[in-house]
Amino acid sequence: MTEFRTPDEELGRFRRRVLVAGIVALVCFGLLAARFYYLQVVRHEYFHTRAEDNRIGLVPIVPTRGAILDRNGVTLARNFAAYTLEITPSQVADLDETIDALSEIVTIDARDRRRFRKLLEESRNFESVPIRTRLDDAEVARFVARRYRFPGVEVQARLFRDYPQGEVASHVVGYIGRINLRDQERIEERGDTANYRGSDHIGKSGLELSYETELHGVTGVEQVEVNAGGRAVRVMSRTPATTGSDLELTLDIELQKVAEAAFGDRRGALVAIDPRTGGVLALASKPTFDPNLFVDGISIADWNELNDSPDHPLLNRAIFSAYPPGSTFKPFMALAALTTGKRSANQAIADPGYFSFAGRRFMDDKVGGHGTVDLHKSIVVSCNTYYYQLANDLGIEGIAGFMAPLGFGARTGIDIPGEAEGVLPSPAWKRGRFKKPEQQRWYGGETISVGIGQGYNAYTPLQLANALATIVNGGKVFRPHVVRHVVDTASGERRAIQPEPIRQLAIKPAHLAAVRDAMVDVNKSGTGARAFAGAPYSAGGKTGTAQVYSLKGSKYVAGRVRERLRDHSWFIAYAPAENPTIALAVLVENGGFGAQSAAPIARQVIDYHLLGARLDAPAGEDAGAADAEADSHAGHDEEATP
Amino acid sequence: MTEQRFSPLRLLVAAIRPIDPILFGLLAVLLGYAFGLMHSASPERIASLLVNSGVAVAAMWLAARLSPQRLLSLALPLYAGGVLLLVAVDLFGETSKGATRWLDIGITRIQPSEIMKIAMPLMLAWYFQQREGHIRLREFVVAGALLAVPVGLILIQPDLGTSLLVAAAGFYVIFFAGLSWKLIVPVALVGIVGIGAIVGFGDQLCQPGVDWQVLREYQKHRVCTLLDPTQDPLGRGFHIIQSTIAIGSGGVLGKGWTEGTQTHLAFLPERHTDFIFSVLAEEFGLLGALVLLASYLLLLLRGFVIAAHAPSLATRLLAGSITMIFFTYAFVNMGMVSGILPVVGVPLPFISYGGTALVTLCLGVGILMSIQRSRVLAKA
Repeated sequence: MTEFRTPDEELGRFRRRVLVAGIVALVCFGLLAARFYYLQVVRHEYFHTRAEDNRIGLVPIVPTRGAILDRNGVTLARNFAAYTLEITPSQVADLDETIDALSEIVTIDARDRRRFRKLLEESRNFESVPIRTRLDDAEVARFVARRYRFPGVEVQARLFRDYPQGEVASHVVGYIGRINLRDQERIEERGDTANYRGSDHIGKSGLELSYETELHGVTGVEQVEVNAGGRAVRVMSRTPATTGSDLELTLDIELQKVAEAAFGDRRGALVAIDPRTGGVLALASKPTFDPNLFVDGISIADWNELNDSPDHPLLNRAIFSAYPPGSTFKPFMALAALTTGKRSANQAIADPGYFSFAGRRFMDDKVGGHGTVDLHKSIVVSCNTYYYQLANDLGIEGIAGFMAPLGFGARTGIDIPGEAEGVLPSPAWKRGRFKKPEQQRWYGGETISVGIGQGYNAYTPLQLANALATIVNGGKVFRPHVVRHVVDTASGERRAIQPEPIRQLAIKPAHLAAVRDAMVDVNKSGTGARAFAGAPYSAGGKTGTAQVYSLKGSKYVAGRVRERLRDHSWFIAYAPAENPTIALAVLVENGGFGAQSAAPIARQVIDYHLLGARLDAPAGEDAGAADAEADSHAGHDEEATP
Repeated sequence: MTEQRFSPLRLLVAAIRPIDPILFGLLAVLLGYAFGLMHSASPERIASLLVNSGVAVAAMWLAARLSPQRLLSLALPLYAGGVLLLVAVDLFGETSKGATRWLDIGITRIQPSEIMKIAMPLMLAWYFQQREGHIRLREFVVAGALLAVPVGLILIQPDLGTSLLVAAAGFYVIFFAGLSWKLIVPVALVGIVGIGAIVGFGDQLCQPGVDWQVLREYQKHRVCTLLDPTQDPLGRGFHIIQSTIAIGSGGVLGKGWTEGTQTHLAFLPERHTDFIFSVLAEEFGLLGALVLLASYLLLLLRGFVIAAHAPSLATRLLAGSITMIFFTYAFVNMGMVSGILPVVGVPLPFISYGGTALVTLCLGVGILMSIQRSRVLAKA
């Protein structure tokens, strides 16, 4: 292959090869130059955009959530800053190992770990998830000194929600919790995704839920330069967040405390409304719960305790539980009688102690009856026979037709979520409620039970309180509301929630006056007299007892019936009688006769509201339970005939 | 040099004499780039770069002062010593990033494979010089064997990049020595067809589980990443994607010195070593890149001119192959960071951070200077 060549020939060949090498090098460099031209000129726009995308991150600025204050400015919900230790799962290779190592520096107990697991399942992977909340300064210092060992773990200063009133009014205020997948879907449906970028909490119940939009505020955004590690290096521009609005309530937290305390350990609900505006002064549901437990994600143990309790503390009885109104229904029935002309105020009946209908006897509570009973007396002594007859005369359609505009059996539209409709019974309702034709039929006897607030009747304490407010304010039906002002904290602008009269009922003032006079006498000489003895003001009221359990003929004796099967105790009241500023409904579950347990609660609340002081409950509230009690207890003595 | 009187000026002149001004000027331009880019990419390494370049220029000056004959006389010991060190690396070397490349000799860690980049062409040039006038097939076979030993030793470290560079360095000597085109063309064809096949059937070949036999898993990954960087954008492909973004976003004039966002926000990997060209292209744009290309081209041109006029066979071969080594480094590195060649660990000559490589390359420049000076002396 290599012949003998002269050195000159060798040199010539070498130089030709150098030339070849040079050309190859030139071609290759030309290739590079072409590649650079392609990247830097032809596709410059594209790569420029890619570099900018790389560089610029949009960091949401989470707005501070608005506070919730009662009508006197007492704080019910606020924020405080604290440190959390957070892990970004996508940046951590072995979560368990990392948590174990962290637990040597800060306290991480089993509860923290469980909560972390739960939050992890619900979170998006690139988000940081708190492993510990509310670190103290020493813990923060210990972690910061060792943070290099923990990539993907950071201490964050965060605002926490705090409910300083604890268990008081927790059903009204509600609580916030971490955004879970279902919340996420709802946010997406509302088209609010952008505003919740960066938010990790959302209202879950109560006002925190219903005023979520106002409380949350508007998320701001910071354009930052980020490095490849995703850390912000420099802020380029900034649109500040708009702090959420504060809520100023119509609720008086002191009144609420009085109401909740008055229940003691008993279950029940109270709704007090200002009849002039529909503003809710107190809305209690007992037992209550501590909303603070929910903020960081409730522990399984706490959750089970709340959820499995037979007392159902999470249930908002005031707006979600519907109970037969019992005799508290009678004033409304009386009004129906006057308005429809079925009765005049003076028209009296003779009460033999029972009412016969279709071969059945509907019994009065008082053996032998109340004698001659007119409308006024029927309310004061709570005479069943009067209302048996009246219900029969009005007919079920007549009753339903009169009660519906008062708001019975329909949501009031209060600004707290989770309201129940209740049941205003009617033939149409029954047809929709039952499937079998024989069940769908309306029986005349059922109308008679409805007349004294038993049977299918079921209303929430809120509906009853609002209906009472309507008859004491001259017939205006308001949409009850808890929030009085939405205060824009940035501008200071106060948006008033206007009293919203839904409708004005065409009821003659004389008819209203007749019923109210009777209710005032209930507290003077009737079933409420004992509870309101010595009150320095005049208040109207009406007791009621709702059957829980039908004893099928045997005599009802409270002591013999298991507590949970005892009757529910009702009391509705308003005051002052001349110009009412408060109308309320009290229900004590299994409290027995209305005068016995519900009326004293009403007295305490009204005392505080009108007199500004908590007065001691009248002595002997449980003594002689049966003495003046003439409350209806029809079902127990009702004899069914085939 | 008859005058014996001591004079600082005379000493300086004597010191400067071996230095070729053109080569040195080009080297200065390249080192200027190195300092400028290091200031942007990794300012904390400036001091260390200063030391490295001082050592490297000293090495260049030493090599330039020696006559080519003296340099060639070092060929055999350098080569033998290099092979021994490579064996030592394979036996006792330090492992870092899955490859055993370093040898701790007490004061510093050295990479014996780097020595072979200079020792290899020296050795082969010396060998062909010995056989001048009798270069036949047998000589090429021997040269091939001399080349295969260190290349094989480096390959099992494993270090594909360096073994390819050493193989290339040896091959250039053999090529310039006159290996028949009849042998070169088929080898080149096989190579081109092979690369073509990999590109063409990349999708199938890159399926996980496909064993490539010859190449290690990480080398397979590198080739596959080149074929489709988006395949694994946060893993190995991330380097190339971010690098092309850096280059492309630089545009014609660049974002300005120390203004490169890709560089400064740490999106660019290895930005002070293998990917330093992307810093240049991002901050100085197409203009800066073309000036660099031109500097390299002038360096190559000067090297080829020196080779073409070298006084002996060995110096010709040596000058030619060293020049081609510069070309190979530059082309492979820039091709790799701009996404037309696979990512093999080849630094950008004279600019990437790395003491051993810089010293080796400057030794190469020094050897070119020595050869250039011997031509001048021979003429005179």
